Amino acid sequence: MPAILEAQGLSKSFGAVTAAEGVSAAIEKDSVVGLIGTNGAGKTTFINMITGYLKPDSGSIRYEGRDITALAPRDIARLGICRSFQIPQLYRSLSVRENMLMALGIMLHNADLGGFFSFGRPDVPGHDAPAEEVADRILGRFGLSGYGERNAQVLPGGMRKLLDIALTMAAKPRVLLLDEPTSGVSAQEKFGIMETIMHAVKAEGATVIFVEHDMEVVSRFAQRVLAFYDGRIIADAPPQDALNDAEVRRYVVGGVHA
Amino acid sequence: MKPDRTPALLGAILAAVVAGGLLLPQWTLFILTLACAQGLVVLGLVLLQRAGLVSFGQALFYCIGAYTAGGLSRAFGTGDLFVQMAAGAAAAALVAFVLGFLLARYRGIFFGLLSLALSMIFYGLIVKSEALGSTDGMNLVKTTLFGVRPDAAWVRYAMAVAAACVALGAAWLTHRYLRTPLGRLSPAIKDNEIRVEYMGASVRYAIHVNYVIAATLAGAGGALAATTVGHIDPEMAYWTTSGEFVFIAILSGTGSVIAPFLGALVFGAIHTVAYDVSPNTWQMSMGLALLAAIVFLPDGLWSLFAKRKTA
Repeated sequence: MPAILEAQGLSKSFGAVTAAEGVSAAIEKDSVVGLIGTNGAGKTTFINMITGYLKPDSGSIRYEGRDITALAPRDIARLGICRSFQIPQLYRSLSVRENMLMALGIMLHNADLGGFFSFGRPDVPGHDAPAEEVADRILGRFGLSGYGERNAQVLPGGMRKLLDIALTMAAKPRVLLLDEPTSGVSAQEKFGIMETIMHAVKAEGATVIFVEHDMEVVSRFAQRVLAFYDGRIIADAPPQDALNDAEVRRYVVGGVHA
Repeated sequence: MKPDRTPALLGAILAAVVAGGLLLPQWTLFILTLACAQGLVVLGLVLLQRAGLVSFGQALFYCIGAYTAGGLSRAFGTGDLFVQMAAGAAAAALVAFVLGFLLARYRGIFFGLLSLALSMIFYGLIVKSEALGSTDGMNLVKTTLFGVRPDAAWVRYAMAVAAACVALGAAWLTHRYLRTPLGRLSPAIKDNEIRVEYMGASVRYAIHVNYVIAATLAGAGGALAATTVGHIDPEMAYWTTSGEFVFIAILSGTGSVIAPFLGALVFGAIHTVAYDVSPNTWQMSMGLALLAAIVFLPDGLWSLFAKRKTA
């Protein structure tokens, strides 16, 4: 399988704190990769560097062979690398459906003043359907159909997580980075929510990289695991091998379950 | 989807001005024309407000528009309303395009105060400039419409109709703009900038565009006010003028592109009546009116109509 995303020797420090040191990883197309590690190990820094929020001090990031290290978050997003957030970033004053329509509306943004001179409703790029139709389709896949008119602010935690990820679907992501998609969700709900997410995301054919603290979730959904410790990747292997690695057991798994 | 009633409403208002203007006394036509000028400025403020930005310095562009009209009048003897408005709008747009690179970086109180500072710098410059008439300002040549000076009995009516045509036309264009993807971005920016950027849109670009459009409207409004009053002075850039526009924006509400003109008209009416009734304490009456608007109509005058529609 060819690599869709390649990080080469990424390093980043904040003053005396080293958040990433020589991080290299090649992510294969259509794979599902789990990132594990204790808090402060460098998982979110890795995601932030890939999506352009943080610029690495050294190293490079290539996406489909193109160097994207210096690009701004919005330009990286336009290329098809999207992310969800640990704390859902929703349009709080809008309803669930309006949130979705707003995200789709932003995708029309490339058309800029499109619609100023024409009176028809343009199709959303990449979706080939008008925004309303696409919005309902995506909400349906995420099990949010019944919540369309609810205000995003009063949605239960799990639903907010789902909506946060559903919004990224508007951009037709080729690579999707999920920052702790099940944090703040009860243990009983975790698997159901991950099931829904994976199903919906895979229906759109995206490569997935997700950060997760629950090792059961990781071993069930990830095809490959990158274990972070102290800004470095200490293991890069299929879930069972990675979780049984001596260093991972000592620094990561032990750290979480201790 | 609700049908879009705004174009029909704008047409109806224009028809009402054309027909009703024949019956109105001259001084009300003057107020109506000035309300169009102020409404244009406030329309721009509303555009910025939708993205969560309040400009306390919109008088900068209002004054640039006015002085552009004054300059045309003095240098070339040009009194044509449409030429003056177009030139005023263009000059304001150009300045806003340059300043926008700086201002689009700021939000909240920083945006507000920076815009205020810029308008006061401009005020300081024209106060010191003898060529521009310093604190006395300057007079403009008599207004013409397409090069023709209307008969004295009709001039106020003709100007009011011309002003209404431009103002309502601008409102319609703004209404169209708000329905484009770029125009629709503003509420999203107000709500969550991070999400907007991570969806691939540039917040700074969107704010820059809004800022230039707002300035263009203010420039046109300034030129219209200048030629209507026939005199301009640096007070047009002073912070109290900017404050008046914010006042009208709050009074109007952001519910519709028509609201700023309604707000400006009500503002003009309150101002005239208050000044007439108590010349020494009219500011207090204005303050009370604003307080009443904030307490009873937190979403502005337009909420009166919006509520009726849903009822």
